[in-house]
Amino acid sequence: MMTFDALDQWWWPFLFILVAGWLATDFWRYLGVYLGGHLSEDSDLLVLVRAVATALVAAVIGNLIVFPSGALADTTLALRITAAAVGFLAYLVLGRRILVGILVAEAVLAAGFLVGS
Amino acid sequence: MTEARDSETPTARQRRRYFLLGARAGFSVPGLILGSAFVGFAGLAKDAGFTLAETLFMVAVIWALPAKVVLVGAVMSGASLGAAAFAVALSSVRLMPMVMALVPELRGSRTPRWVLYALSHFVAVTSWVLSMQQLPAVPRALRTTYYAGLALFLMLANMLVVAAVFSVAESLPEPVSAALLLLTPMYFLTSLWGSARERAGHVAMLLGLALGPVFHVLSPRFDLVAAGVIGGGLAYAFHRVTRRRSS
Repeated sequence: MMTFDALDQWWWPFLFILVAGWLATDFWRYLGVYLGGHLSEDSDLLVLVRAVATALVAAVIGNLIVFPSGALADTTLALRITAAAVGFLAYLVLGRRILVGILVAEAVLAAGFLVGS
Repeated sequence: MTEARDSETPTARQRRRYFLLGARAGFSVPGLILGSAFVGFAGLAKDAGFTLAETLFMVAVIWALPAKVVLVGAVMSGASLGAAAFAVALSSVRLMPMVMALVPELRGSRTPRWVLYALSHFVAVTSWVLSMQQLPAVPRALRTTYYAGLALFLMLANMLVVAAVFSVAESLPEPVSAALLLLTPMYFLTSLWGSARERAGHVAMLLGLALGPVFHVLSPRFDLVAAGVIGGGLAYAFHRVTRRRSS
């Protein structure tokens, strides 16, 4: 199968990134220039498009929290979910600032490390 | 076309000035938050086995952070080229309406088409939010120049961030590396929620969060696409049902 590690050639990862990354993103940007302003922001099709894109990125987030890699994998699942949930609640309650959410989650993670979980 | 410019064409000095003004607009709170997200992304990419050259290449050719994180996630799941491209394409459809909204703001009366295509490559959430805020105050003939300054500043500054993280990542103590890897999920958890335009966006996010890990167990190679299509489809159905009830 043509995975990222399939070919032991220096150019393969770059080709992989070009096709699965550049082509898959700039295709939409170029199409946006081409179509100009002919599609309404509130059209039903765009609601579906935004919903699928949001769910897909959220799926990556879920995986990064539940199945993390590296140093984060050495923490417990309970600590990671608690840190993310408390950070997210802080974001919601304290004026919806992204930095607040990030900092509170990191603080909970650090506290977890201190108590040795 | 370039020879036949009239007196309304900006001078080189004006162009330089507005290019730098655009770059300065990148040095702002949204710009700094984006920088912290790139710290997290660099940690994630390094951890997933990407080299510095590959990661910088991703920044240059993809630029949009969600698309890069999806690509790294797909590579980590061992997805094939086709499945990875499909997942990234699904996650990036939203770039199209963003570009469509930006182009009328950006375009002057004689802006060549190729300039718009070239500049559209730099459209991602942060540069889009900043430019939609700032562009109305910029003279129309200088808007593309201003946007180019903003876009190039954000991209080059974040490439430096990525390089810096790669150079120190090896020597970081374990808790710091763990904190680094928590940055990306927290950035998207908060920014996705904030950028949702309708209730369906919040429903899609909650479903995606739950379905991602579920499909990662059931079908690791297609987890992202399955969670995106099913979670997004259900959120859309929710949108249709609630709208019908309220109207």
